[in-house]
Amino acid sequence: MTDRLVIAGREFSSRLIIGTGKYESYALNAEAAEAAGAEMVTVAVRRVNLTDRSKPLLVDYLDPKKYTYLPNTAGCFTAEEAIRTLRLAREAGGWRLVKLEVLADQKTLYPDMEETLRAAKLLIKEGFEVMVYCSDDPVYARKLEDVGCCAIMPLGSLIGSGLGILNPVNIRLIVEQSKVPVIVDAGVGTASDAAIAMELGCDGVLMNTAIAEAKDPVRMARAMKHAVIAGREAYLAGRMAKKRYADPSSPLAGLI
Amino acid sequence: MQVLINGETRRFDAPMSVSALLAALELPATKVAVERNLEIVPRSAFAETTLADGDRIEIVHFVGGG
Repeated sequence: MTDRLVIAGREFSSRLIIGTGKYESYALNAEAAEAAGAEMVTVAVRRVNLTDRSKPLLVDYLDPKKYTYLPNTAGCFTAEEAIRTLRLAREAGGWRLVKLEVLADQKTLYPDMEETLRAAKLLIKEGFEVMVYCSDDPVYARKLEDVGCCAIMPLGSLIGSGLGILNPVNIRLIVEQSKVPVIVDAGVGTASDAAIAMELGCDGVLMNTAIAEAKDPVRMARAMKHAVIAGREAYLAGRMAKKRYADPSSPLAGLI
Repeated sequence: MQVLINGETRRFDAPMSVSALLAALELPATKVAVERNLEIVPRSAFAETTLADGDRIEIVHFVGGG
């Protein structure tokens, strides 16, 4: 099958992008990434520990040659902080493909869309390929696409909340209007949430906590893999129309 | 010479390059990125970039994140 996800000219056969935070260990994280069939993982940029050199390194468990690293700007609240972080990420890994998120407050981690749009413009001018975490507002989603973002990533619900896709109508509006991939980022709690995102026509799903905080993260990773495939297939197959009343599946003619 | 590295004050007897600093800290140059006074130091310039008294250095790498 040649149903590929194409982001900024890069082709992926998996539509599930997973995070690398909150796992008990990088080893478990690697096992979950394998089970999820993920080809892209998000990573954060942080200060090295100067005193304790015994801490394991992410790159020793999730090989950047096997997984496309998507450096994020988690924890950044201004465009300047986000740009500074991604310049360092580009230098550390040599990657131009990044995940931009500029947050508004600690309580909701809701994206500050005005700052996000400003940061996106500046990053694109510097040659970055920007996958952007955003609210589910179709108007801002269009503005982000217009300035050149290579993927629009609206939240399903708040980061780490596991509340699912709270506004499917908006997600669908964003899908319908976008010419670049739309990837639900944040809010997925369990497999059905991922399937719903894909059934709405999203091109992919990005999740972290749903897998990392499951009782059995590897098994949940596998469930998410199947959910994303099932949702995609259902979307492509085209669902039946909803009806108000019953419609028998067996013929009425020839009843005894 | 006194420099601020990742928010910690460090003293060194003699001027040193970024390469020498990373070696002294036992950090692999290929796995980190370095910023000096808010400017990126390209990896190709680690050897020839000499630290000065009062420099503010950030050394970062990739960690798990969502």
